[in-house]
Amino acid sequence: MLEAGTKLRLRFAKEGRAVYLSHLDLMRTMQRAFLRAGYPLKYSEGFNPHPVISILLPLGVGTASVCELMDFSLTAPLDPEALPERLTKAMPEGIRATEVYTGGRKVRELKWLRVEGVLEYDAADPAALCAPLTDFFRQARIVIMRKTKRGEGESDIAPAIRELHFTPGDRCVRLQGVISAQDPTLNPEHLPSALRQLAPNLAPDFASFTRLEVYDAEMRPFR
Amino acid sequence: MDPRLRRILPRVQKPARYTGGEYHEIHKDKAEVELRCALCFPDTYEIGMSNLGLRILYHTINSMPGVWCERCFAPWEDMERELRAAGVPLYALESGDPLGAFDALGFSIGYEMAYTTVLNMLDLAGLPVRSDARPALLPLVFAGGTSCCNPEPMADFLDLMLLGEGEELDNEVLELLRTAKREDWSKAAFLQAAAKIPGVWVPSLYRPEYDERGAFTGLTPLEGAPETVTKRIVADFEHSPFPTDQIVPGTEIVHDRVNLELFRGCIRGCRFCQAGQVYRPVRARSAETLIAQGIASLQSSGYQEVTLSSLSSSDYRELGQLCDGLLDYCVPRNIGLALPSLRADNFSMDIMRRVQQVRKSGLTFAPEAGTQRLRDAINKNVREEDLLESCCVAFAGGWNNVKLYFMLGLPTETDEDVLGIAKVAADVLQLWREHAVNRARGVRITVSTSCFIPKPHTPFQWATMVTKEEYLRRVRLLREAIRARSIVYNWHDAETSEIECVLSRGDRRVGRVIETVWRKGGRLEAWSDFFDHARWMEAFAACGLDPDDYTLRPREKDEPFPWERVNMGVTRRHLWREWELTQENRLSPDCRAGCVGCGARALLGCCPDHDLERGGETHA
Repeated sequence: MLEAGTKLRLRFAKEGRAVYLSHLDLMRTMQRAFLRAGYPLKYSEGFNPHPVISILLPLGVGTASVCELMDFSLTAPLDPEALPERLTKAMPEGIRATEVYTGGRKVRELKWLRVEGVLEYDAADPAALCAPLTDFFRQARIVIMRKTKRGEGESDIAPAIRELHFTPGDRCVRLQGVISAQDPTLNPEHLPSALRQLAPNLAPDFASFTRLEVYDAEMRPFR
Repeated sequence: MDPRLRRILPRVQKPARYTGGEYHEIHKDKAEVELRCALCFPDTYEIGMSNLGLRILYHTINSMPGVWCERCFAPWEDMERELRAAGVPLYALESGDPLGAFDALGFSIGYEMAYTTVLNMLDLAGLPVRSDARPALLPLVFAGGTSCCNPEPMADFLDLMLLGEGEELDNEVLELLRTAKREDWSKAAFLQAAAKIPGVWVPSLYRPEYDERGAFTGLTPLEGAPETVTKRIVADFEHSPFPTDQIVPGTEIVHDRVNLELFRGCIRGCRFCQAGQVYRPVRARSAETLIAQGIASLQSSGYQEVTLSSLSSSDYRELGQLCDGLLDYCVPRNIGLALPSLRADNFSMDIMRRVQQVRKSGLTFAPEAGTQRLRDAINKNVREEDLLESCCVAFAGGWNNVKLYFMLGLPTETDEDVLGIAKVAADVLQLWREHAVNRARGVRITVSTSCFIPKPHTPFQWATMVTKEEYLRRVRLLREAIRARSIVYNWHDAETSEIECVLSRGDRRVGRVIETVWRKGGRLEAWSDFFDHARWMEAFAACGLDPDDYTLRPREKDEPFPWERVNMGVTRRHLWREWELTQENRLSPDCRAGCVGCGARALLGCCPDHDLERGGETHA
């Protein structure tokens, strides 16, 4: 048993229909699911108390993940073994608690993200696309326009790509890769976006991504 | 999920409203389902999921073995554009199956401005909007909700309308449909049989009549249809189903909290208020039951707020006991308790003080009219002293935000009444100056006026609206009379009210206007983003109808109304008596002070009296 107030980290998956929940929706869903499961979240002090929960790497709407991390504390002792099953039962479809532990590392030590993606092509031949896709993302500089909080800006995404592999599938190309999660942040959606901007003939008709694992700077799994 | 939908969703605003998959969503094994029903709400997910009626019916219908009830809401314009472009028909959230594959589509229509959206949803489902263009029995298109108390404007589009409360009625109709589907009945045979179920209105079994000048003269029942159809109620409200395992939306909705229903009906009888008339008779739940329902709902939902809903919460006999019981559970858990629809009296303020232990919200009062003379004429049993006394207590208790709701254009209203609104607001401000505990924080008094609409089944069904020009003149008069900077004045536009009036009072010919507006792009018109008054005016002209004939023409005592054959419980005789009292500025007592014989009690029929008293309500 862990005593009340212990700093805890939850690892969870967000897949299926739940990928369309926004970050704010997810925060609300988490608060409610903890209450439904009978886990009393620790609240902030002050005039308008709210549960102290923090999701480490907010996930874009539409992207799935099996490696989300969230920090929280409870006001009651906890059996960490029992939590995943009990919490998952209180979750909407697609959100699955997989593990809870103490001693989570500092967020700033999180660096790399392993993702897989499906690039859907309605007309093109997937087998013929893998080589040019690989070449495109091996360029020393890949400068794209991206929206930031300060408006549109140019950005070179090449340094944020550690590795990318492409394999042909049924009317799609499967992507496996490791990209930078922080400093700089590369949203996997920027990969098809780069194609649309710089190599429209390679751009997929649709792309979807799943986060598989997070790592530190030395590529050790981040926990 | 439809692969086309996967591509659409990332492009639209708030895609989570189109996916389903929420906590407590109900799924059934299609192999064991004999009848599939979709509850359709002609507005967005955020509005529809905030509707308690829809949530109750979702559960009562799904309680039928072999029947699977799903939900469908109107898409926002971006989603509609994407669905149409991709050729994806409107679908239900639970299964993702297109509405056309369902056996029954049940629309919940609570307000008339949603009418064009009903047509749009049928069209998005790939169905013809007119009932006679859907010759097959399935899918059956029916509707319920307060708007159905005048069934004529939507008569051409709906196969059935269900009058009153749906907890029992919906299931009876669906049970009959299950038989009809199994035995392969024709649509005509089904409608004939359905018309025999109390509370079922079959529009195609009534023929509207007009005289040579085009005036509506009545509805003729055809093929043995009942002379009148009486709305259904749940007589034993204390024991009627209240689901405590409701869906918890992942995305934010308008009323994102537990909603407890204290009672149905209203003892007050304000003469302008349709809800106060058509939801009678009053039936309450006991505090004990409500506390248990509230706690169970909070536990199963994880919501951090619970609200008490009814037409006038102060009139709930066990309000103190209920609040105390809920607060015992809520306060230690940081759960907020909200108490809307309070009357401006001392008792209510005492309750408010207790409730505000958790969070302090603004105060809202609805005096409706600016002078006592007019408040008496509309039977709004609020005295100015009560309102001012309540504000006194509130300001002394640290509140500094008061909202005051009024109507302009009420029958018998004069400029003196209009200016009276400014005086009430000024008096409230003066009280704040005298009683505020923290004047440095300032005060905000919001005055809002809406335009009076003479609604069916109210004593004011004989009344007229004022013209839009006159409404605006009164708005200007009031605006110029409100001087203080801390009083903010908001007014609703009269154009929406005019259309709402025509749609609520209309005969069957108004259906052509609704269809015309929809064909020109009208939908989601309860949203000012999409309401287009000029489009309505063009449609009236195209259909040869004059909206003024519905809004401005005074009505005779015995003039037939399009809603004449619908019995909502309150008799025409009573409504006329109340209309006469209006002219004399005379109040009627509320149901507790003395029964005025409105007629609604007859709806309780066979229900034994002791069952009613359990919930705390008796009628003399």
